[in-house]
Amino acid sequence: MINIFAFGCLVFAWVKDQTKAKQSLIVALKSFFHILPTVLIIIILIGLLLGFVPQSQISKIVGEQAGFCGILIIALLGAILHIPSLISFPLAASLFKSGASVTSVAVFITTLTMIGVATLPLEIRELGKKLALLRNGTSFIIAIAIALIMGKIL
Amino acid sequence: MKETLKEKQRKGTIRDAILLGIALLITIILLSIFPDRREAVTTASREFFIEMIMILPAVMVLMGLFAAFVAKEVVVKYLGKSAGIKGIFLSVFMGALPTGPLYVVFPMASVLLKKGARISNIIIFLSAWGCIKIPQELVELQFLGPRFMAMRLLLTIIFVIIMGVSIERIIVWSDKK
Repeated sequence: MINIFAFGCLVFAWVKDQTKAKQSLIVALKSFFHILPTVLIIIILIGLLLGFVPQSQISKIVGEQAGFCGILIIALLGAILHIPSLISFPLAASLFKSGASVTSVAVFITTLTMIGVATLPLEIRELGKKLALLRNGTSFIIAIAIALIMGKIL
Repeated sequence: MKETLKEKQRKGTIRDAILLGIALLITIILLSIFPDRREAVTTASREFFIEMIMILPAVMVLMGLFAAFVAKEVVVKYLGKSAGIKGIFLSVFMGALPTGPLYVVFPMASVLLKKGARISNIIIFLSAWGCIKIPQELVELQFLGPRFMAMRLLLTIIFVIIMGVSIERIIVWSDKK
């Protein structure tokens, strides 16, 4: 489905402006090769995770019975890890299939995308300490709130 | 500035390649110690590889198209002027446009702040930039299903707006003191 959408956009762009369309294809190719190693690493990790860790173990750590403490740990993990969000979805889906709860999957994705401990120094330099720390701090709380609500509803 | 960014990217690629090598090495060692797990690991990896390879090119094409057709200057121009409810929605929308990674946006945000854009809009813009990207939502739809994606999107937008407004309050209040 997404392929059809992208292809449609590309055709439309091609008709509108050929040079710009070519340029965007070059950008696409570059970023594809840029992201490829990380994708492969995550794929290998998922394989290892599913192959070696029994499902009961996964669901014990990130499943329904993990409790609030488990959610906090996952939220912290998401905040510290620096994986492109695109790749976090297959990872989340695989955790989901092996028994992780909605809450933990949601909190992981949300902290991963909203908070960047790795980019925090840059954020502080550009926006000031107060704003950067406030933003990351509240994002953390919000991520947990979103995840808890999702766990309740879904 | 451009030179250093390129340099950074190149370093990042080298680091990723080394990490990939380490991951491969560990996998090979682990699989030769436990040959009975080989099949489970390779099937799981292969399934995800196929799923990723199906969507990744499309996502990249979309991002490339936006990068070429929507200039960053346009985003800055619209966000600098906007205010009120319109400003909030514009911030969400502009942030959702797939125009680059998060570290590109901090300098933009700082320029906007200096130009006098509202703090709430900047916070909303930054957060939307991070977590409400259009191609990203499509990938989420593919992997986690429409209900999960729609719920998370809706909740994120609501909470991000609340966060933007309250951070602005806090900053204004603490500046007064």
